[in-house]
Amino acid sequence: MNQAENQKVRFYQTGTYTVGNRLLDGDIRTVQASSDRSNSLDSGHRACQGCGEALGARYAIDAAMRETNNQLIACNATGCLEVFTTPYPETAWQMPWIHSLFGNAAAVATGVAAAMKVKGRQDVRVIAQGGDGGTTDIGFGCLSGMFDRNDDVLYICYDNQAYMNTGVQRSSATPPAARTATTMPVGPEPGNQFGQGKNVPLVALAHNIPYVATASVHDLHDLERKVKKAMSVRGSRYLQIFVPCPLGWGSKPCDTIKLARMATECGLWPMFEGEYGEITNTHKLRRPSKVDGYLKLQRRFAHLFKPGQEGQLAKMQDLADTNIRKFQLLEEGSDDE
Amino acid sequence: MNKPFAITLDVGTSLLNHTGSWRTERPVYVDRLPPCNSTCPAGENIQGWLFHAEEGNYEQAFYTIMEDNPFPAVMGRVCYHTCETACNRTTLDDPVGINAVERFIGDEALRHGWNVEAGEDSGKKVMIIGSGPGGLAAAYHLRRKGHQVTVFESAPKAGGMLRYGIPKYRLPREKLAGEIGRIEKLGAEIRLNSPVSDVANTMKKEGFDACFLGFGAHVGQQVDLPNDGSVPVHDAVTVLRDLENEQLPDLHGNVVVYGGGNTAFDVARSATRLGALNVTVVYRRDRDMMPAHHEEIHEALEEGVQIACLRTIKGISDGQLELEIMVTGDDKMPQATGQTEMMKADVLVQAVGQGVDLSPIANLQGIVENRGVIQVGYDMQTGCAGVFAGGDMVPSPRTVTDAIGHGKKAAKNIDAYLNGKIYVAPEKHDPAPYEELNTWYYSDAPRSIRPILDVARRQSGFAEVVGNLDEKTAQYESRRCMSCGNCLECDNCYGVCPDNAVLKLGPGKGFEFKYDYCKGCGMCVEECPCGSIEMVPEDI
Amino acid sequence: MLKQMEGSVAVAEAVGLCRPEVICAYPITPQTHIVEGLGEMVKSGKLENCEYLNVESEFAALSVGIGSSAAGARTYTATASQGILYMAEAVYNASGMGLPIVMTVGNRAIGAPINIWNDQTDSMSMRDAGWIQLFCETNQEAVDVHIQAFRIAEALSVPVMVCMDGFILTHAYERVDIPEQSQVDEFLPPFVPRQVLDPANPISMGAMVGPEAFTEVRYLAHHRQMEALDLIPQVAESFREIFGRDSGGLISTYKADDAETLIVSLGSVIGTIKDVIDERRENGEKIGCVAIRSYRPFPIQAIHDACKHAKRVVVIEKCFAVGMGGIVAANVRMALTTLPLPVYTVVAGLGGRPITQKSLHRLFEQAGQDKLEGLHFLDLDKQLVDKILEQEELTGCSGSTAENILSNVGVVATAKV
Repeated sequence: MNQAENQKVRFYQTGTYTVGNRLLDGDIRTVQASSDRSNSLDSGHRACQGCGEALGARYAIDAAMRETNNQLIACNATGCLEVFTTPYPETAWQMPWIHSLFGNAAAVATGVAAAMKVKGRQDVRVIAQGGDGGTTDIGFGCLSGMFDRNDDVLYICYDNQAYMNTGVQRSSATPPAARTATTMPVGPEPGNQFGQGKNVPLVALAHNIPYVATASVHDLHDLERKVKKAMSVRGSRYLQIFVPCPLGWGSKPCDTIKLARMATECGLWPMFEGEYGEITNTHKLRRPSKVDGYLKLQRRFAHLFKPGQEGQLAKMQDLADTNIRKFQLLEEGSDDE
Repeated sequence: MNKPFAITLDVGTSLLNHTGSWRTERPVYVDRLPPCNSTCPAGENIQGWLFHAEEGNYEQAFYTIMEDNPFPAVMGRVCYHTCETACNRTTLDDPVGINAVERFIGDEALRHGWNVEAGEDSGKKVMIIGSGPGGLAAAYHLRRKGHQVTVFESAPKAGGMLRYGIPKYRLPREKLAGEIGRIEKLGAEIRLNSPVSDVANTMKKEGFDACFLGFGAHVGQQVDLPNDGSVPVHDAVTVLRDLENEQLPDLHGNVVVYGGGNTAFDVARSATRLGALNVTVVYRRDRDMMPAHHEEIHEALEEGVQIACLRTIKGISDGQLELEIMVTGDDKMPQATGQTEMMKADVLVQAVGQGVDLSPIANLQGIVENRGVIQVGYDMQTGCAGVFAGGDMVPSPRTVTDAIGHGKKAAKNIDAYLNGKIYVAPEKHDPAPYEELNTWYYSDAPRSIRPILDVARRQSGFAEVVGNLDEKTAQYESRRCMSCGNCLECDNCYGVCPDNAVLKLGPGKGFEFKYDYCKGCGMCVEECPCGSIEMVPEDI
Repeated sequence: MLKQMEGSVAVAEAVGLCRPEVICAYPITPQTHIVEGLGEMVKSGKLENCEYLNVESEFAALSVGIGSSAAGARTYTATASQGILYMAEAVYNASGMGLPIVMTVGNRAIGAPINIWNDQTDSMSMRDAGWIQLFCETNQEAVDVHIQAFRIAEALSVPVMVCMDGFILTHAYERVDIPEQSQVDEFLPPFVPRQVLDPANPISMGAMVGPEAFTEVRYLAHHRQMEALDLIPQVAESFREIFGRDSGGLISTYKADDAETLIVSLGSVIGTIKDVIDERRENGEKIGCVAIRSYRPFPIQAIHDACKHAKRVVVIEKCFAVGMGGIVAANVRMALTTLPLPVYTVVAGLGGRPITQKSLHRLFEQAGQDKLEGLHFLDLDKQLVDKILEQEELTGCSGSTAENILSNVGVVATAKV
């Protein structure tokens, strides 16, 4: 399926890329454009200014709420999202929500789904969610188990590429060269190691589950479409959403969406969908660009722009180029081919 | 439910936590002045009427245009649309076809008979001289303010240069008549064949409270050339006027037009249509320096008009023109080379300038003339109190659009004058440059092209060259507008706020910030496609 | 109905009668037969309305249970030994959230050295995790206590761990009276959760609680367990009324009223102790025993009352706090602080070492004469440990204790000879 088919209605003034559009019928605007969106994650939460995770969570959960007619339960891993939403005595969630532990969100969700099944409430759907640490590292066992059993859960990973809640330490989702508190920009190869880390969306796909997708907070239409698609099928589904973190990345709070956009457009964050082990769709780049612009806006990559680091910078570009080739991110006939 | 203490919480309780206290800067909604509006000589709110056209509400779009300009069908044809040159979309792909959409709306209005109302009678009378775009614009705006207007026109038909300067193939007369008729319906009296020889006297005699002068520049100028009488020489203004009065000018054989402005091309293209064998425009400077609009030149070339640049006419003898070859100097000015060549000519039309006949105002006190035109103040008032002027008779680029702008501006000031007040224009908004936009949100959308009459038909008659957009393309083209600097209700701010701190007020009402929760991250500003939010420091 | 059956199978049947809605299974010896039994019941359709999940770890097993219980499903799982340590984080979490999960622990030693046999170190490692811990003496009691466990858990919204000795009970074939479904249904009403994840009435469960309320949360958890001290005997009484059997309760006593020497213990070893008491009673010795059935909450008053006329108390426990001594004994001493009694700690049966009648006779003999040291290791091979200690002193290198022992006993030693 190509992009044009994904977007049935094209608008020229603001296109189909804005949140809403007064010229569109209500039912083809995004859920976020609606005055009666569920605001499942409401005001008053304590996320940092410009938090991508808070945004991504509301985007995804509101979309899922819409798809399930608000018959939704969320299970949350320990992490920023949990801490900033539910410090006693206030919760920012407007939906049934449970936090248990750092590494067990997938399993807790499996339990909730099992309970709903046994009670004949299969109209109630279950989401598990966590950050990249809680998903790709400590929660990975439970996640893989959930995939293995094909439990009826949508797992959403809000990927901000490090352990932010504990003070920005490396996770298996941290990109090479990135500065974290445990991969400092010192020595001959500063920042995180090249050649490490894991691509959990592809690992998820290898479990042959019904649906896997990557998304980003910068493209709401695409994100909501993927949530909708995910909620239209039963069994284990996995969605990894790219959510920039101003604090951990050393970026401006106002640049959160911009960074997500740039990460995607340079190829470092490939967006694709897969079903039952096969990649079925990739998100073509609208305005392909080089990695420099994206990296320059973040202090975690500042060392790449110092003299002598040209090689490391080139390796970052190689990563993006590899993604572009591997996931076929360019439209046919694109200038950058 | 007897919930466990502290571990289990009631939903939505975070609303008690007012995170707005974290903020050091606050976002505020602003309206910025888009470049199209900023450059429009008639002061149209282009972004504003496109906004309605985007919704398919062409009637509302028409009324919005009519706030500033009573001639959308005319302007949608003859305006040289500086708005499109300024359009921010040019940086992205191509400018919005504003002119085409305006024409579509203008034609729709004529087709449907949409109209506007005159204002409540003020009891004041204004005299207007000239029924050109300036005079009629002034008449129109004054009627909407409730003043009685009488337009004195020396010609047998109304329209001034719109009629006597612009050939039919660019402006079909029924469109012009329709829009003039609309102004008449509004209660403006137009007295045809009524030259005014003494403005002061007429004002006094008929008891006018104020006056707007819109004589236009109808006096064709000519360069004095040595001529053995072998080639007839005309001036362009006369040629075009005769054309309109159906006294077909004798443009046959090899027609040479001298000059590089729009009038020169109007004559050249008319000559083609009248069956001239060869039509050549002779211009003393480089082609790039031609004041004529590039579309005009382009279409003329399509129709077979030839252009001889860097040539001046030295004299006429034996049915030939002696041309001196020029070169462009370092100062971009043409310099004579002394070399000459001959060009065969059966008719020469000089389109080298137009003057104003200022004799009717000889008796007015305080009028200041300078280089053939008269001086006006910022309020369009001449040195004579209560007498205002506009159009080609005041210093200006001499376009129809400028004249309409003058008429509007003068009307506002006349209205104030009649009420014993001074008109103060509202303060202009800050500009909305391209850099303020987030163009990622605008889909790629190539400009739509208006249909053009094929060349063969253009060469054989005065049918309109440029066709109209259909409804679908007009709407498409409207929707290419990026609404620079003005909220288009795209919901981006409402959507991208990580703190739900934006309140959506409903269609047409825009948005409001919930400052209790806004943490001041500025994402709404960054992601606003059209740049209509800005951050301002918080008073701490 | 009386049946001759394996303890694990009996427990599986009992759990099945409780109509669990979600069961999480992960294999670990010696509890495996229980979940195997349940799995077959679900798959065969004998146990209806039940989701049986094969999970990937004990951590997942209890985590799934946390989810299902929070969503209002009656939830059961079972584990042992390393498994309970692997799920430790979730063990605390389930109780912290007040989720009435019932979990069987087939008690087994904890490695290293790895050891699959019975002791109670595993349950004891979680004694302070906020769960109610009930210990079973026999398989009949295991059956009965499981049924009671669901009722207690759900009445208090506190998870209950039913502890039964691995192999000694789980794998023992005994005659067991399996109750009728109708009796169980009468005794155990459907689960009405105190809190539930429900879109119609949304709540946020598992909030972060800071210093301002954490102590209060813990106090309330303690208060709930103190309430259990009243509830557990009531449930046992109710059970007796329906099933006609005494089972459960906080403690049980045997020939304790006039006993000068009181043996306090828990689990299956009580049976052996009772046999030895019977034999010693025949010789006129005033000896009896107290079986602790509820270890958490710890029945301080009941133990105090049972022991107040004794002259000495001997605590026999299948667990051991290295570097300190008895775990159960420390609790018992706490119950007896106001009584002028010696309390002897006897560590016995670690890693599956049999506790024989012969050894107990010898032990009680010494105890009756107050010749026991404060911390006694039943049947400790003193010669062996002394030899190893001596070797270690010579080499100056302790090395692997396990290896050192093996080099002096068993096949390795035999090979040397």
